[in-house]
Amino acid sequence: MSGRGLFGRIDWLSIFLYAFLVLIGWINIYSTTLSDPNTSIFDFSTLYGKQLFFIGLAFAGIIFVLFIETNFFERFASIFYIVSILLLLGLFVFGKTIAGATSWYDLGFFNLQPSELAKVTTALALAKYLSDIQTDIKNRKHQLYALIIILLPALLILPQPDPGSSLIYFSLFFVLFREGFPLYYLGILLITVALFATTLMFGTVWVAIGLGILTLLIFIFKRKSTKIPILPLIITFTISILFSLSVGFVYENVFEQRHRDRFALWLSLEKDEQKLEEIRKTIGYNTYQSEKAIESGGFFGKGFLEGTRTKGDFVPEQHTDYIFSSVGEEWGFMGTVTVILLFSFFFLRLIYIAERQKSDFSRMFGYGVISILLIHYFINIGMVIGLLPTIGVPLPFFSYGGSGLIFFTMLLFIFLKLDSNRLKDGI
Amino acid sequence: MKKLLLSSIIVLIGFTFIGRLSYLQLFRFSPDQTLEDPAIKAIYDYPERGYIYDRYGELMVGNQPAYDVMVIPREVKPLDTLEFCSLLGIDKASFIKKMKTARVYSPRLPSVLVPQLSKEDYARLQEKMRHFTGFYIQKRSLRYYTTNSAANVLGYISEVNETDLQNNPYYVAGELKGRTGIEKQYEEILRGRKGVMFIQKDRFNRDIGPYKDGKLDTLPEQGKELHITIDKKLQEYGERLMHGKRGGIVAIEPKSGEILAMISGPTYNPALLVGRQRSKNYSKLHYDTISKPTWDRSILAEPSPGSPFKTLNALVALQEGVLDPGTKFRCYNGFYVGNQKKGCHCGGGVRDMNSGIYQSCNAYFAGTFRKIYEKYPTTDEGMEVWEKHMKSFGLGGYLGTDIPTGRPGRIPGKAFYDKWYGDGRWGSSTIISNAIGQGEVAATPLQLANMTAAIANRGYFYTPHIIKNIGNTGSLDPKYTEPRQTTIAKEHFEPVIKGMSNVYKYGTARWVQVPGIEIAGKTGTVENFVRVNGERMQLTDHSVFVAFAPVENPKIALAVYIENGYYGSRYAGHIASLLIEKYVKGEITRKDLEKRMLEKTLEHEYVKPYSGEPFKINEYVW
Repeated sequence: MSGRGLFGRIDWLSIFLYAFLVLIGWINIYSTTLSDPNTSIFDFSTLYGKQLFFIGLAFAGIIFVLFIETNFFERFASIFYIVSILLLLGLFVFGKTIAGATSWYDLGFFNLQPSELAKVTTALALAKYLSDIQTDIKNRKHQLYALIIILLPALLILPQPDPGSSLIYFSLFFVLFREGFPLYYLGILLITVALFATTLMFGTVWVAIGLGILTLLIFIFKRKSTKIPILPLIITFTISILFSLSVGFVYENVFEQRHRDRFALWLSLEKDEQKLEEIRKTIGYNTYQSEKAIESGGFFGKGFLEGTRTKGDFVPEQHTDYIFSSVGEEWGFMGTVTVILLFSFFFLRLIYIAERQKSDFSRMFGYGVISILLIHYFINIGMVIGLLPTIGVPLPFFSYGGSGLIFFTMLLFIFLKLDSNRLKDGI
Repeated sequence: MKKLLLSSIIVLIGFTFIGRLSYLQLFRFSPDQTLEDPAIKAIYDYPERGYIYDRYGELMVGNQPAYDVMVIPREVKPLDTLEFCSLLGIDKASFIKKMKTARVYSPRLPSVLVPQLSKEDYARLQEKMRHFTGFYIQKRSLRYYTTNSAANVLGYISEVNETDLQNNPYYVAGELKGRTGIEKQYEEILRGRKGVMFIQKDRFNRDIGPYKDGKLDTLPEQGKELHITIDKKLQEYGERLMHGKRGGIVAIEPKSGEILAMISGPTYNPALLVGRQRSKNYSKLHYDTISKPTWDRSILAEPSPGSPFKTLNALVALQEGVLDPGTKFRCYNGFYVGNQKKGCHCGGGVRDMNSGIYQSCNAYFAGTFRKIYEKYPTTDEGMEVWEKHMKSFGLGGYLGTDIPTGRPGRIPGKAFYDKWYGDGRWGSSTIISNAIGQGEVAATPLQLANMTAAIANRGYFYTPHIIKNIGNTGSLDPKYTEPRQTTIAKEHFEPVIKGMSNVYKYGTARWVQVPGIEIAGKTGTVENFVRVNGERMQLTDHSVFVAFAPVENPKIALAVYIENGYYGSRYAGHIASLLIEKYVKGEITRKDLEKRMLEKTLEHEYVKPYSGEPFKINEYVW
């Protein structure tokens, strides 16, 4: 096996899935941004023409990544990380503000978004730190370091403000969980979210009653042999109630009205029909239009370039964050399910690849890649189909935009490059 | 576990997404969505609503133009509100309110700001309109009536409401729809089919060309004109005669079942429900719960028929062979039911069928009725036979006319009495009132007229209808052209008709003869009660009359029902004779009678139960 060249060793299935997703994405960008059917697809003044150019750039990036020494990434991971942290810090001084967020460096021909770059470097740095022979994931101190690696860029990105990108970094916890980070942290996180949402929806009193019933059920249905640790249970219960009590304060004082409106819409908190309608038409306008567009596609869709809502430009930001709604309208249920299945299959394939790595670093980085791609996919499509509140993150390989496409591609191909070398020098 | 965590999350997310997409794209998807799609604007081309003509081709309902001032809120530029308001003839406060309503409805769709301007207002406004961006004038078509009668027959149209929009996808907010009468019944024929042109819009509401190259566009289909069976002159004349009186009149041409006139009193001018004053007028009519002008008494009132019902009992008795026209009963100025005596006004003496009918003898018909059910071993069976005969005349059930509303009346049979009194707890004494058309029997004036038409035809009738000709096709639903046989053989009619004819010659209606026309008729005087504030009180009798003429080759059969008009010939009989003369001869020779009927009102009767004071009934005051 090791005798074959790079092209023999690389995982062609992943590349094929990647290319297919990029192609479908571009077709939909073409459909959403086409205004004059007489222009050439290579007309770089059009958005679809530009995207084609970015795809070309990404291809150049792939070639570049594939011909770099494999060790390069592992060896320089820390330096990359430090550089990207510096770049993020530099934004406070030199950043360029676009659409209210100071997230870019103006490079003249290109706007560089360091938060995109930092996703790659943080994944690399985390993998490098965790794969270090001296790091022990069970050690609290080491857990703390790992957390700092993840949370530092997230904290720097938050005040840009770009909470969406910030949120992405939390996905790297999956790497930690894979490597033995205790799963009950995940449990605590889920409980926190659940408590937060249920308190907003039903109020502290009902949450307390619910928790009480739950505790009671534990006692009723426990096996005779098992002993319930009474004290921790009481502590958990008390903390939960206290947390629930604090939710109201946080909700009213920490969040701003626009955030509250999003929650109100998402959890149907607003009981006044008229006010809810008002919110739906303002804050929820994008989601409403995108849901309607998807719904109107039906089973077979309206056909390529036939989407009336797409043509009429009814869904805002349709070529970027809301690109999936154009799939829904023009290609229907068949199209949307195909895309979902392609993504799912793609992710599962990447997990399979990650698990076959002999090198810890490669596996951990692989998990980082998957986590980052997955959370983009989850938040983006969840938002477009109205399951999640509006959080602006792009759909990997689909959404219009150079930085996004190029860094997602780099992320993927660094991993595929590592994978192609797994038998050669895996330690 | 830790290896499977991410994989299971991926699968879970996949299922969640596909589930949500199934809900959106399979469950919530509706194939007909061109109209709710904001990207597609439908521009409608409305055909003119069909005209309505009477049986002689005289125009009854046409159309007139009206002008609505429309507004598209988000296109409105700052304007001189005061000037605009004075042009529109509204005050500033209501202008602001209307603008707000329009904006709430939709900022990008047109709303009506001021509906139905007059031609004069329109002319004044039109030249200034260009100063007011975002407003425009839309021409609409309103109904125009050449008669101030027949409001109940013609019906009215009004804007579609939420329910209509949900029930029928054809309609779009702001369109008009027939609500009652012919406008409702023949809505689809009259309105035609609007044409539609679909335009693709962008989100700034700019046209960006035809949708699907106009493949879905349609041309409007003209509404068809309707010819109805109503005789406009007779209808108008009848409504004038009903002045100040409550009740219903229906006239039918026996040989075709065509309804010549359908009059309800009090009524209103159909033009009241058109134009800007429409809703004001409508509330006024609708909330008049005492005289109920919108309640069509000719088809909805269900009084006891009274004595005209006797003719049917005579026919049934002949058909069942329980007596012959010569069979005699003695009248003791009444008759006995058990120990109880019921009165009769015929004068007493020996009665056969002829004099029984023309003197309207209660005793004779009580005897007849007894004979009918005594023929059978049990009262139940007798009742069943009797009920079957009665129902064959179109009584006690819906007639199946093309009038969109109606009542079934009542022919009480075994089932009815079992429910009313309890199983088997009723007997001949309970039901004897049916012999003379009192008690539990009930019929609408339309049913009475139809019954009379069946007698006039000697045994059959055509389902009464109001449609004569759709467009000019000449073809009619066969259910209006096929005769419906009664269960009475032809030969039994002559003795009854002879009696009815003698009603005019020697009987209860001898002073309402029409010179030169032989009429057969039957008077009716119907006791009635009302409940006011929980107190049951008897009112002056209803005056009822049925008649057809001429006796040989009948041209008209009618039923007249006048609430609290006292005895049959007093109001109903006079009005019936005038209508027959008008229809058969075309003019009235008895001018005095005509004048009296046109002027007399019964308002003094109608205020009695509400006066709060004791009152007398059945007074002879002319």
